[in-house]
Amino acid sequence: MRAMAKRTRKSKAAVKSKPAPKSKRELRSKAKSKAKPEAATAKTPATDPKAAEAKTPDAKPAKPTTTISAVEMGARQREISVSEFFTKNRHLLGFDNPRKALLTCVKEAVDNALDAAEEAGILPDVLVNVEVAVADGAPPPPPSQATRFRVTVIDNGPGIVRQQIPPIFAKLLYGSKFHRLRMSRGQQGIGISAAGMYAQLTTGKPVQIISRTGARAAAHYFEVQIDTKKNEPRIVENKKIDWEHQRGTQVALEIDGRYQKGRASVDEYLEQVAIANPHVQLVYRTPEAETREYPRTIQELPPQPKEIKPHPYGIEFGILLRMLHDTRSRTLAGFLAADFSRVSSAVAQQICGTAKLSPNAKPRNVHGVDAEALYKAIQSTKIMAPPSNCISPIGEKAILHGLYKQIKGDFYTAVTRPPAVYRGNPFIIEAGLAFGRGPDQAAQTPEAPAVPLAEGEQQDDDNELARVIRYANRVPLLYQQSACATFKSVLETTWRNYGVVQSRGALPAGPMVVFVHMASVWVPFTSESKEAIADYDEIRKEIRLALQECGRRLGVFLRKRERAKGEFRRRNIFELYIEEVVEACARLKGGKFPKEKLKNQLQKIALKRTGGAKTDEILGHESGPEGLPHSIIVTPEGTEGEAPVPPGAEPSNGGPPEEPTPTKETTKAAKRKSKPSKRKKR
Amino acid sequence: MAKPTAKKPTPVEKKLVSVADTVISAAGRSRDPALSIPVRSLANINFNEKRGIIEMGRRKQERTLFNVGMAKKFMQTVLVADALAELQRANLTTSLREIYYRTKHTMKDSHENTFDAQNESDPLIEDLEVTLTALREELHVRAENAGSIVGPVVLTDDGDRVDCARLGKGGYSVPSIVEPEFIQIRRCTADFVLLVEKGTQWNRLSEDKFWRRYNCVLLTGNGQPPRGVRRLARRLHEEHGLPVYVLVDNDPWGYYIYSVVKQGSINLAFESERMAIPKAKFIGLSSADPDTYGLPRNVGIKLNDKDVSRAKELINYRWFQKKPWQEEIKRMLATGLKYELDALANKDFRYLSKTYLPKKLKERDWLD
Ligand SMILES: Nc1ncnc2c1ncn2[C@@H]1O[C@H](COP(=O)(O)OP(=O)(O)OP(=O)(O)O)[C@@H](O)[C@H]1O
Ligand SMILES: [Mg+2]
Repeated sequence: MRAMAKRTRKSKAAVKSKPAPKSKRELRSKAKSKAKPEAATAKTPATDPKAAEAKTPDAKPAKPTTTISAVEMGARQREISVSEFFTKNRHLLGFDNPRKALLTCVKEAVDNALDAAEEAGILPDVLVNVEVAVADGAPPPPPSQATRFRVTVIDNGPGIVRQQIPPIFAKLLYGSKFHRLRMSRGQQGIGISAAGMYAQLTTGKPVQIISRTGARAAAHYFEVQIDTKKNEPRIVENKKIDWEHQRGTQVALEIDGRYQKGRASVDEYLEQVAIANPHVQLVYRTPEAETREYPRTIQELPPQPKEIKPHPYGIEFGILLRMLHDTRSRTLAGFLAADFSRVSSAVAQQICGTAKLSPNAKPRNVHGVDAEALYKAIQSTKIMAPPSNCISPIGEKAILHGLYKQIKGDFYTAVTRPPAVYRGNPFIIEAGLAFGRGPDQAAQTPEAPAVPLAEGEQQDDDNELARVIRYANRVPLLYQQSACATFKSVLETTWRNYGVVQSRGALPAGPMVVFVHMASVWVPFTSESKEAIADYDEIRKEIRLALQECGRRLGVFLRKRERAKGEFRRRNIFELYIEEVVEACARLKGGKFPKEKLKNQLQKIALKRTGGAKTDEILGHESGPEGLPHSIIVTPEGTEGEAPVPPGAEPSNGGPPEEPTPTKETTKAAKRKSKPSKRKKR
Repeated sequence: MAKPTAKKPTPVEKKLVSVADTVISAAGRSRDPALSIPVRSLANINFNEKRGIIEMGRRKQERTLFNVGMAKKFMQTVLVADALAELQRANLTTSLREIYYRTKHTMKDSHENTFDAQNESDPLIEDLEVTLTALREELHVRAENAGSIVGPVVLTDDGDRVDCARLGKGGYSVPSIVEPEFIQIRRCTADFVLLVEKGTQWNRLSEDKFWRRYNCVLLTGNGQPPRGVRRLARRLHEEHGLPVYVLVDNDPWGYYIYSVVKQGSINLAFESERMAIPKAKFIGLSSADPDTYGLPRNVGIKLNDKDVSRAKELINYRWFQKKPWQEEIKRMLATGLKYELDALANKDFRYLSKTYLPKKLKERDWLD
C-alpha cells in the first residue's frame, strides 16, 4: 500500500515509536519527476525543526492578514494519530465505499497469502470465505441487502511465528517486503493491518488470526487490535488451539461492506486472480453460500524473483542523497559499484570522472553541488540495463492455461515480451487474448437462422465490446480502467488489421478478452490507490508490441477460419444443389436411372473444387494451430495447442466421467502437436 | 386434346431431356456441367435491315453447376426443365406462375428454398426457350390472357366457332397461345388491323363501332401486347394480308411497343421470326399530332428523367434510324412533353374515332 506510505510520512515522523525507515522505496514513491533538492525536502514535516530551519524557504511570508505567531503555531502542532489519518484518508487505501472495502479486505488477505506461499516455495492453496455477519443475533439479511460481512482467508503458506503475528496484523507499516527491490504483490507493510483497522473502525471487532508454521508447531490463535494512538498492537486474546491445517495462516475480519456482483466485485477479482495465477488452487465461498473452485492447472511455482539493487538510472535525487549518507562503502567509487546494480568499478570511475569528483571521496561528504554533479553524471553515463531475473513473468503457457480455464472461447494466445526498462526499473509486459464464445455456445446459436431472413432483415449485430483485464505483479486491477496505460494501449492498437471490428477510439468489438500484465520490481501507478498503471513511453511501447503480436495471431486464426468456413459453406451449397439436380435429372430421364452414381460423380467434382481435404484441415479437424505459437484453438471436435489437462482427465478405470472434458490428450500429447482422432468425413 | 402419351416423347420433350444429358455426360467426365445459354440482351442482337426484324446474335453464356455465383441458377434451370418436360408428357399447358409453384420447395436438410420468388423462375423459362430453341407455346407455357379482339373475323377455338363481330363491345379475349393447332382463322373480311395500346381507347373504338365503319380488326394488349395478341396480329397480317397499324400513347414507351410489334423484342429476339410484323405502321400519337390536331399544351405531360433517357436510348436503336423517326423522337425531346391517347378527349369524347383516326387513315399519315 504505497498510498499509506506516502501519506503517512507525516505521521510516521510524528510516531516516534518507530524509527524512520531508511527507505529507498519510500522516497522513490515521491514525485515522479526528477526530484529537485527542494522537492525532496520541502515535504519534510514541519515537526522536524532542523529541517524546517535549514530548508524552508524563508523569504515567503504567509498571507499578510495572518497574525498567528510562531509560538501560537507551535502550540497547535500535535501528533496526528494513525486512526485519524486513516479515517480521513480511507479512500487512499481502497476503503472509499462499503463495496470497495469488502473487495479490498479480500484482496489484501489473498495477496498476502499468495506472496507468503510463493516466497516459501509452496504451491498456494487458498480458501476465501465471505459470509453475511450480523451485529446482534438478528436474522441475517440476504447478501444483497447485508451491510456487514465476515471475510476469512486461509492459506497453506509458511505461517507466521508467534511474536510476529500482532505487529503484522495490528501495526501499520510493518512488513517484510518494504525494504527490498523485489517483485511481489504487497510492498508497503500496510495492507492487512489497514484492513484490520477498517474492521475495527466499522464494527469494532478485532482481527482474528490462526497461524501455524508446521505440523510439529502449535497453532496460535490471536485476536488483535490496533492502539491507534501509538500504532501498536493490542492483544485481545491469545491461545494455542487445535487446528485442522498443518501449516498456514487464517485471517478473519468482520467489516462493514456491501456485496454486489459484476464489475469490480470480489467475484471478478478472484476470477481474475485465477486467470493470472494458474498455479494457485483457489476455493471461494460466496456470501450466497455457493462454492466456486478454481483448480490448479499448472503444477509448478513461478520462478522466484530475485532481489536486486537499484539501477542508477531510475534513482531519484533524494534517494541518492540518502544512499550516499547510509552507505557502508568508504569511497565514492566503491559506493557506486557496491550499492547499485550494473555499475562495475570501471563504470564507477567513469561516473566520478564525468562528475569531476574524486573516486576516493567519502560518500558522506558528497552533497550539495557535488551530489548534483554526481546525479547528472550518472544519467549521462552509459550503463547496462538492469538484470531482469528479478522479475518473474507469469509466462505464456500459464497465461494460456489461465485464460483457457476461466474464459470460454475458440482461440487463445499469449505473449511474454522480453524484459525492458523504464526509468531504470526492469519490467516485463505480457499480453493474452481469448476470442470467441466456445464451441458449446456456438452450437447454441447455429449459423443458419431457423427462419430464412426476409429482405431487409439482418442477423442481429453484435455490439459486445472486448473486455480488458489488467494486472500488475499478478494482481488484478479493477478500478480506473481508462486511466491505465494497458487500456490505452488496447484502444491504440488497430484491431481492424487483425480482422476484428473496432470503431474509432473504441475497444475492439466481439467476444474477446484482452489480458495485459505488467511485472516489475516497481510498478508505476497513476495514483496512490494502485489502480492504474502510469503512462511511460517504454511501457506503452511494450504493451503495444505484445498486443500486436496477439492480434497478428488472432488475425491468422480468424482468416484461416473464415476461409475454411467459406469453402465449407460452398461445399454445403453444392451438396444441397447436387441433390436437387440429381433428382431432377432422374425425373427427366425417367426409368431406372443410376441416381447414386451421378450423385457420387458430382460430389467428387464438388470436393475437388472446394479445397478438398484441406478445408477439413483448416477447420482444425486434422491438425493443430499451425504456425501459431502459444495458442489454443478450440473447435467442437476438440482442443488443440498447449491446452492444460483438466484434473481428472487422465484415463481412469472408474465410472464414467462426470462431465465430458473438452480434451482427451495427455499432457505430453498436448505439448507435441496433437493429432486428434480422425473426424468422420462428411 | 391428345391423350398423354408417355411412350412417344415430343421433340420438345427430347430437347428438355437433353438438359439432363448435359449433366450426366459432364459428370461422367468429371467436368463441371455447363449449359450454353444465348445472351438475351441488347449486346447480343442484330437488326436485320433487309428483313426488318431483330435477330439474336451468337453470344452465349456458360451456366455451370460448380460456380458459387451460378450454382443455384443452374440447379433451378434443371428443375424448370424437369417441370416443363412433365407438361409435355401430360400434354397440359400452364402459366408462368404455376411453373414457379411447381418447382418451389425447401431443399433437403436446409432452410433454403429452390425458388423464393416468381421472378427467379420466369427468366429461366426464357433461357430454356432460347437455349433449346423452343417457343414458349411449344413449351406449353401460357401468359395471362390480356388481349381483346373485335371485328369481322371468325375463329375456331377448341372447336367452338367464335365470330368476333358478334361478341358485343367486349369482343373476344385473345388466348396466349394462338398457334394454328389451337386457334384457326376461319374467315376474315377486314381491311386492316388496328392494334391499340390501351384498353380504354380500344373500348372507345369498340363502343363507337369504329371497326364496322372502317372494316377493321381492333386488337389491344393492354399495354405491351402479350405474345398471343402479337402472334394473332401477325397471323392476320401474314395469312390474310391485312396491314397492321399501331396506335399508342405519344411517349417513349409507346414507341417501344410499336417497335416490338414491328421488329421483335430484344429479350426474345429469336421469336421475331414468328412474331414481328416488319410492315406494321405507326399511326399515332405522333409528336407532330398536337400541332396538327391543335391539342393544347396543357394536356401534355412533362417528360420525366426516365422518359428522356429512354427516348435518347431509342434514338440510337438501329431500327429507329430512319429520318422521320429521328425527327419524331427529337421533336418529343424538343417539346419536352408526352401525350396520352386519352388527351384527345379534350377536344371531344369521340374525337379519336370521329376525327383523328379517319383523318390519319385518309391522309395515310403514319410512320414506318
Ligand atoms: N498470510 C501470511 N502468511 C505469512 N506472512 C504474512 C501473511 N500475511 C502477511 N504476512 C507478512 O506480514 C507482512 C505485512 O503484511 P501487509 O499486508 O501488512 O504488508 P505487505 O504485504 O508487505 O505490503 P502491502 O501493504 O502492499 O500489502 C508481509 O510483508 C508478510 O511478511
Ligand atoms: Mg499485503
